[in-house]
Formats: sequence, structure tokens, C-alpha cells
Amino acid sequence: MTYLVKGARVLGGEPKDILVKDGVIAEIGAPGRVDGTGAGHVDADGLVALPGLVDLHTHLREPGREDAETVASGTAAAALGGFTAVHAMANTSPVADTAGVVEQVWRLGRQAGHCDVQPVGAVTAGLLGRQLAELGAMADSAARVRVFSDDGVCVSDAVLMRRALEYVKAFDGVVAQHAQEPRLTEGAQMNEGAVSGRLGLTGWPAVAEEAIIARDCLLAAHVGSRLHICHVSTAGSVEIIRWAKSKGWDVTAEVTPHHLLLTDACAETSPAGAYNPIYKVNPPLRTGEDVRALREALADGTIDCVATDHAPHPVEDKETEWQAAAMGMIGLETALSVVQEAMVETGLLDWAGVADRMSARPARIGRLPGHGRELRAGSPANLVLADPSVRWAVDPGGFASKSRNTPYQGMTLPGRVVATFLRGRPTVLEGKLT
Amino acid sequence: MNRHLLSTADLSREDALLILDTAEELSRVSGRSIKKLPTLRGRTVVNLFFEDSTRTRISFEAAAKRLSADVINFSAKGSSVSKGESLKDTALTLQAMGADAVVVRHGASGAPHRLANWVDGSVVNAGDGTHEHPTQALLDAFTMRRRLGELDGRRVTIVGDVLHSRVARSNVHLLHTLGAEVTLVAPPTLLPVAMGEWPCEVSYDFDSVLAKSDVVMMLRVQHERMNASYFPSAREYSRRYGLDPDRLGRMPEGAIVMHPGPMNRGMEIAAEVADSARSTIVEQVTNGVTVRMAVLYLLLSGSEPAIGGNL
Repeated sequence: MTYLVKGARVLGGEPKDILVKDGVIAEIGAPGRVDGTGAGHVDADGLVALPGLVDLHTHLREPGREDAETVASGTAAAALGGFTAVHAMANTSPVADTAGVVEQVWRLGRQAGHCDVQPVGAVTAGLLGRQLAELGAMADSAARVRVFSDDGVCVSDAVLMRRALEYVKAFDGVVAQHAQEPRLTEGAQMNEGAVSGRLGLTGWPAVAEEAIIARDCLLAAHVGSRLHICHVSTAGSVEIIRWAKSKGWDVTAEVTPHHLLLTDACAETSPAGAYNPIYKVNPPLRTGEDVRALREALADGTIDCVATDHAPHPVEDKETEWQAAAMGMIGLETALSVVQEAMVETGLLDWAGVADRMSARPARIGRLPGHGRELRAGSPANLVLADPSVRWAVDPGGFASKSRNTPYQGMTLPGRVVATFLRGRPTVLEGKLT
Repeated sequence: MNRHLLSTADLSREDALLILDTAEELSRVSGRSIKKLPTLRGRTVVNLFFEDSTRTRISFEAAAKRLSADVINFSAKGSSVSKGESLKDTALTLQAMGADAVVVRHGASGAPHRLANWVDGSVVNAGDGTHEHPTQALLDAFTMRRRLGELDGRRVTIVGDVLHSRVARSNVHLLHTLGAEVTLVAPPTLLPVAMGEWPCEVSYDFDSVLAKSDVVMMLRVQHERMNASYFPSAREYSRRYGLDPDRLGRMPEGAIVMHPGPMNRGMEIAAEVADSARSTIVEQVTNGVTVRMAVLYLLLSGSEPAIGGNL
């Protein structure tokens, strides 16, 4: 099928017509100048065109927790959020620590067809932090795993981390670290600060993240490896990463949409009352000062990309006392809106910057050559059309995700995804799954 | 007054004084041979205790019964809760049974706040995790007021494991609201890291604040804190932060010693101090019933006179 996308503002620039044919962008030209004979027309007047978004950090929960999310439901949510590729985290049940499991997840993604599913392999067998998983077997499998992570737990053993960093060099892999010093965060419930002190909840100190990041940057430099840092949440982490990059070390980092918008004050003062575990997440929401530092770091490129850390949980795991609640929040269907709110409306990033941080750079870190490409003739037709002018009240009732644990419920956010194309095929049109 | 009593931070000065004045009025009943009032006849108070706390539970039970309320004791052990029932389902069950007030003790900070979303009745926080214990602070203030008069300008020193103490949090808010000057004393390991906004002073040195304290309130120190390296040993803690006869002697004349109980005699407080005439520890227990009567009365019957015209 051929499509003529009419009047889209490519990266927020002047309106253009985009001809999508045979899975690639065939032509981009001035409005009315591109021959769309026989093509399906997509009216993109006023819409911004970006390369299809790439998420380095998604929990699809399958296999094992299909009550919270499946590959099919999670990737449907991804497509509606403008994503054409997601990296499925390894903390499933069974853990994605063998070629068999990563191939299963990869195949489920192909069957669902909403977006590309690139499995992440566990660094250690069973995420137990004792011995390396068969990283090479996962790399060589049909799933071609390049990103390895024990996300959910930190590879806290320094020797194991060093070995993992070294070992994945053989196949151009990267270790994505969940930076959390375990002893400093035993029983931790929320950011350690003024709010945790008042609420009487056990603190998760910033230093527990920063100490691991500092150590791992030094390890990566020592062995000449590539390191990626998951969900950076503190101003101190930003300074360490900035320093590591200034040394020329191959360190990349991601920030979640929620860490760009929300603070630990949500646990105390939210419309839904204090102690609402909808705001419980790991790493925890930090302070306003951290949010400012993270936004600036994403703007200046110190933090390379936005990753959702989409973490679905069933209702019963959140409708509890804070301490008993599961950590995490869903984010695929709100990510672009939150980034528009936090970065674009504040003037910190333009749409070209958003394309870089949500598509080009994550695709490069994840080694996905078909994604994150420049929007020009010849590129794979992975693109998203979004309307930046609308504002919408977030209602998880309408989400494709099986879970409802969004912290943005009732908030009004800017921007909505209108259409998503995966290799020339629309996965979303008029804001709905095709 | 709010519908619930979740935190002393929610109490205005007027609310706090109303509770204390009402308790004063109700205390006259405690001196009678027949201690019961008909005020809450036909109302149901549920004591929902997820943590063992016999002292607090029987205090609330006595308070509710003296007001003629029907009391249901719901202890988590051996109940549906120990079989995995969620807090929400427990709340819905109590709601369906028509509980007018739920007195809740829970090991998780904020559990009473969550419960308040799910029941129509009043929720009274009887201690939640390491957060607050509002009725303890109210009975402490009541006790201080009886011994020392109004609290404006009074200097109260609270010593011990502030980090994990619900008693300390509730007292800081309430005493500040009532005009007292609070100083918290603890080793730095047992204080929250960021206390800039707490309306109180903080000191690591017990001896330096002794001489200017009208009240010294000792907090219970859990033995398990020692194993987690919050301090090196019970003996060292006791030497630096325990209230012994020597320190008692350096307190101003007329200053009182308080402890919310249960005490570790010989640890945070010496037996001679606990048993001295300046100790209010037994009075605190007595006053606990009275203050809890006032709280239940004000939450459940609103503007009706507390004990009618029959005194």
C-alpha cells in the first residue's frame, strides 16, 4: 500500500508531502508537488512528523505476568504512543536469560505486528547476580540481542559488572545498568529527603544511584566498553555522566518521562490524597531540583534519550498501602505528551531535538539500524504524526495497555499521536489502532 | 474538625484545644464510681489492629465503652488478613458492617490515609508505621498541660529514635501548633537526613539542652536498631542519650519526665527516673483513655455537649 501524507511539518518545519511506498519514504516534497496517484491520502495538516519513536526500556510482562500486560497489548500501547520499536526488558517469568526466551518474546512481537520488539537479555542468570547469563547465545539468536540488563535489580557485584562489560564487546553489546546500591536501599520506599522524613517512609538516597553510576563509568573506561545507564533520576548522576562523557568514555544514559515531570511531593500532596502508590516507582520520583537538572541534561545531550520504563501492574498491586504496593508506572501512551510538556513547551527542545532523543539516539544505542533514521527519501518509513496543538485529559480507561497505573490520570497534557507507520504500514491512523 | 484524625499536622490550634478541653471535661467522669456516659450509644467503633499493641487497643476500647459505643476488636492475626486479604477488602467489609469509626494501627506508614479513601466512617490513626501516632501526642499534650499549665513557650525536649518514631512526628506538629518550643535530641543516625522544614530545633547533645527543658520525653529505642549499626551498643546509647538520675538532677525544678511506653528500663531511661515523682508515665496511660474519649466523641457526635447537663 502506498500513502501520501499531506502537509506534515517534518521535525516541526515547513509543511511537506511525504510519499510512503514499499516500506520506505519514496519522496518528500513541497505540498502538492508530490505525485500521490493511487496512494491513500493522510491529511497531516498541522501535524508534526517525527521518525518512529524507539523505547529502550519497556516492560511487556510476557511471559509470566500476562494479567498485567502482554506483548500484544503492550506493543499496541506503544504504537498508539508513536513507537515503532520497543526494547522488552528481561525481568519476565521465566527471565529472558536464554536464547529460547528472547526468541519467544521476539516472535510474539512479530505476531502482534504493532511495532518491532527487540528483547533485552538478562546480564546474569535468573537476574540473581551470581553468574553471567548466556549472553553470546542471546546475541546470536534470531532475536539478535544487543542490550543486556538486569533491570529491576542492579548488577551490584563489581567483578560481575566488569566481566559483563568486557564480554559483550565481542558482539557490540551494551550493558544497561539499573543503578541502585542494594545495601543503601534496603526496604526503600521513596526518595530520601524532606518528604520521606515527614511521611515516615524509608528513604532511597540519591547516593545509592550515583555511587553505582560513578563506579560503572570507571569500570567501562577501564575495560573500554560501552555502558548505558537506565532511568537516571538525580542531579548528581547527571554531573557524573557529564564528567564521564567529557573524558570521551562510551557512556550513554536515559531518563524517563515521569522523572522529567513529577517530584516526590506527589507522595504527600496529590489530588488523590497522600500515600497514593500510583507515584511509587523505582528509582523514585526525586525533587524539583533533580527534575530541572534532568531536563537540562536531556536538552544539552548529557542524557542521550528518553525511555519510558513502562511498568504495568494490575489494580490490586497498586490499591494497597504504599509499602505493599508494586513499583512502577505505565508510560508508552503518554511519553510524547509528557516530553512535549516538559521539554518542548519549556523551550528546552525543538521537535528535531525530540526526534533525536526519542528516536535516533535510542535506536543507535540499541543498534537498531532500521529505526531512528532521518526522514528523507530512501529511509525506512517508520514515522509518527502528532498533533501538538491539542490538549487532552488523561483517562487510562481508553488505553490499550492492560494496566491502568498511570500517574497522569486526570492531568491535562499537550499533544496526541494521530498516526504511526511501521515500515510503510500504518499501525495507528486517526489516533486508533488499524 | 476533619472527619478523620490521621495526622496532628491536620489539627488547627482551635481543633487541638477543643480536644484537650473536651478531654478535661470528660476526665471528671473518670473520677466517678460509674464511669459510663450514654453519648455514643448505638454507634460502632472498630479497633482494627494489624500490629500487636495491647496497650493502645485497650485504651481505645475503654474510651469507646465509656461513651457506650459498641466496640468490635479486629486483630489481623488469625483473621482473613493473615490469609492475604487486602487492606481495601478489609475496609469494604468494615464499611458493609456499618462502622462509624475505625481505629487503625498498621505497620505501614500511611495505611490510615489509604483506609480513609475506602470507608465512610471516621478513621482514627492509632499509629502507622514510622509516621504518626496522633492520640499519643494529644495525651502527651494533655498531660503536660495538667502538670505545667498552657504550653505556649514551654520547652519540650524529645530524645531518642526520631527517625523511626511516630510519637516524635506527632508531637512535633502538635506541640508547635500549641506554641511550645520543641528540641529533638538523637544521634545523627536516628534523625531523618533532611529536617529543614520541621518546626523544631535539633541537637546531638542531650546534656546541652537538659537545663532548659520543661519537659523531657524519652522515646523507646528498639533493640534491633543496634544490629543495623544506628549506634554501637546499648551501653553507649544509654551513656550518651539515656535519662539517668544524674541527668534528672540537672533538669530545672518542676520539669517533668515523660515516656510513651513501653519502656526499656536501663536503656533509654533509668528505673529510678521512671519511678520518680517527676515521671508522668502512669498518668499518661490514664490520660490516654480520656483523650481518646474526647477524640471519638468529637469525631462521632459533633456539636452535642460531651456529657450533657447531668454533672
